[in-house]
Amino acid sequence: MELFTPDYGLIFWMFIAFGVLFLILWKFAWPVILKSVDQRADLIDKGVEYAQEAKIQLDNARSEAEEYLNTARKEQAQILRDADKMKTQIIEQARVAAQTEAQKVMDNAKLQIQQQQKEAQQQFRNQVSEFAIQIAGKIVKNQMKDDEAQNKLVDSMLDQIEQNKN
Amino acid sequence: MTRLKLIIITLLIAIAAPFAHAGEAADTASSKINPKEIIFEHLGDRYGWEMPFDHHHSIPLPIIVVASDGLHCFSSACVEHGKSYKDGDITFCIAGEDSKYHGKVVEIAADGEEIKPLDFSITKNACALFITVLIVAGIMLWLAAFLRKHPYKAPRKGLGGVEACVTFIYDGAVKSTLGPKAARFAPYLLTVFFFILVMNLTGLVVIFPGGANLTGNIAVTLVLAICTFLVTNLFANKHYWKEILWPDVPLWLKFPLPIMPVIEIFGMFTKPAALTVRLFANMMGGHMIVITLTLLIFIFSAINPVAGGASTVVSLIFSIFMLLIDVLVSFIQAYVFTLLSAIFIGLANEEHGHEKEAHTAKEIGKDVVDAII
Repeated sequence: MELFTPDYGLIFWMFIAFGVLFLILWKFAWPVILKSVDQRADLIDKGVEYAQEAKIQLDNARSEAEEYLNTARKEQAQILRDADKMKTQIIEQARVAAQTEAQKVMDNAKLQIQQQQKEAQQQFRNQVSEFAIQIAGKIVKNQMKDDEAQNKLVDSMLDQIEQNKN
Repeated sequence: MTRLKLIIITLLIAIAAPFAHAGEAADTASSKINPKEIIFEHLGDRYGWEMPFDHHHSIPLPIIVVASDGLHCFSSACVEHGKSYKDGDITFCIAGEDSKYHGKVVEIAADGEEIKPLDFSITKNACALFITVLIVAGIMLWLAAFLRKHPYKAPRKGLGGVEACVTFIYDGAVKSTLGPKAARFAPYLLTVFFFILVMNLTGLVVIFPGGANLTGNIAVTLVLAICTFLVTNLFANKHYWKEILWPDVPLWLKFPLPIMPVIEIFGMFTKPAALTVRLFANMMGGHMIVITLTLLIFIFSAINPVAGGASTVVSLIFSIFMLLIDVLVSFIQAYVFTLLSAIFIGLANEEHGHEKEAHTAKEIGKDVVDAII
């Protein structure tokens, strides 16, 4: 059978054709293709890994940012509360200070007033006594105008002294 | 709608065919169809490449022979249609049907005896081989050029498909069977795959530059199998040779009568023989069925024009179906050849001692593949 007997001419050409094809592809095609495919696969793998990492980092960053925000909010509230407290404190302090100051001023004023009152009383008293003496003097002068009266007085006085001696 | 049109057209063809044949009846009746001759003419090799729709002219190809007085080189057009050609002192012609060198170029000696010269002609198949080499090299160099230009870019469309095939074979057949040694043998296996695939597919194209039944030619598959045999045995490790010459069996099986070594050495040659026959038989069978189905039209037409018309439709549908299957088979056979080559190479390169299970698993896998094909 012709079909089942290999023809040596064709075998010869087949060896040459296949050999040439193999050499060409071995030298110029397969290394480039396989290397490039591998490189691209690596690149894609790396890209996926990178993306996953980036996603994790992004998630972390988001939660971190939220945390920061929360603490900042807390701090803000704290600060506000502190400020409020301080405000009331300061106001209280100021009020107390003002009160004490006012008290002091008032006390001072009172003291002064009392002193002045005393002085005025003293003065008044002095004047009253002066007036009384003057009046008394005038009265006495008036009464002692005549000698009789004077004698009478001296007598009475002497009587008195005598009585006292007894 | 399109389906309806298709049906109407097929029916019209079926009805019209008898009338068309009626006109040619006188012509066909005189030259009786010889199916066997036509089938073998299409499956076999020739010196020229027939043109479509023209039986009297063919594309001439060079005939190169080493005759009794040296090298001769002439066009196939000189000897076609039974002509004889005198080149120098020697007359050549293509041997007729009654000769034992039927269809081959022979040298006619002075006494009329036919002598077969050493024939290295660029026949239709050899020419188709070169075309296949050009196609495969062109496609792969194109892909390589693209990848060299854009190292990190994936090619699209046609080139993307080629690259997908490369990675499919590289990952699926080469890497999975050879493991870390894949890079060493990948060039050979990938070349084999694409060479066989393109040969198979161009073989299915009916007109020039296709139509040569390359992988259905035993010389072609034989060379491919020899290459696998050479690669397997030249790159085999020590363990492989030990397994063949002094296998792990009871002593009486290998000494004094080397029964097992003989079986193993026989096995070395049955593997490539199986590769040769599998690819050859599959592809030749496919071609033969398609041609036979087409010939049925003419056989039935010769008997009865109406039967011929009816068989046209049936044959057409069946041959289209068979051609589609052949496209699938083209791919499967190329893949199987590559995979089996990879397995044979892998078995000859296996590191042993601690991988006994992997070994048996591979053997089972091989047997399964053999059983399927």
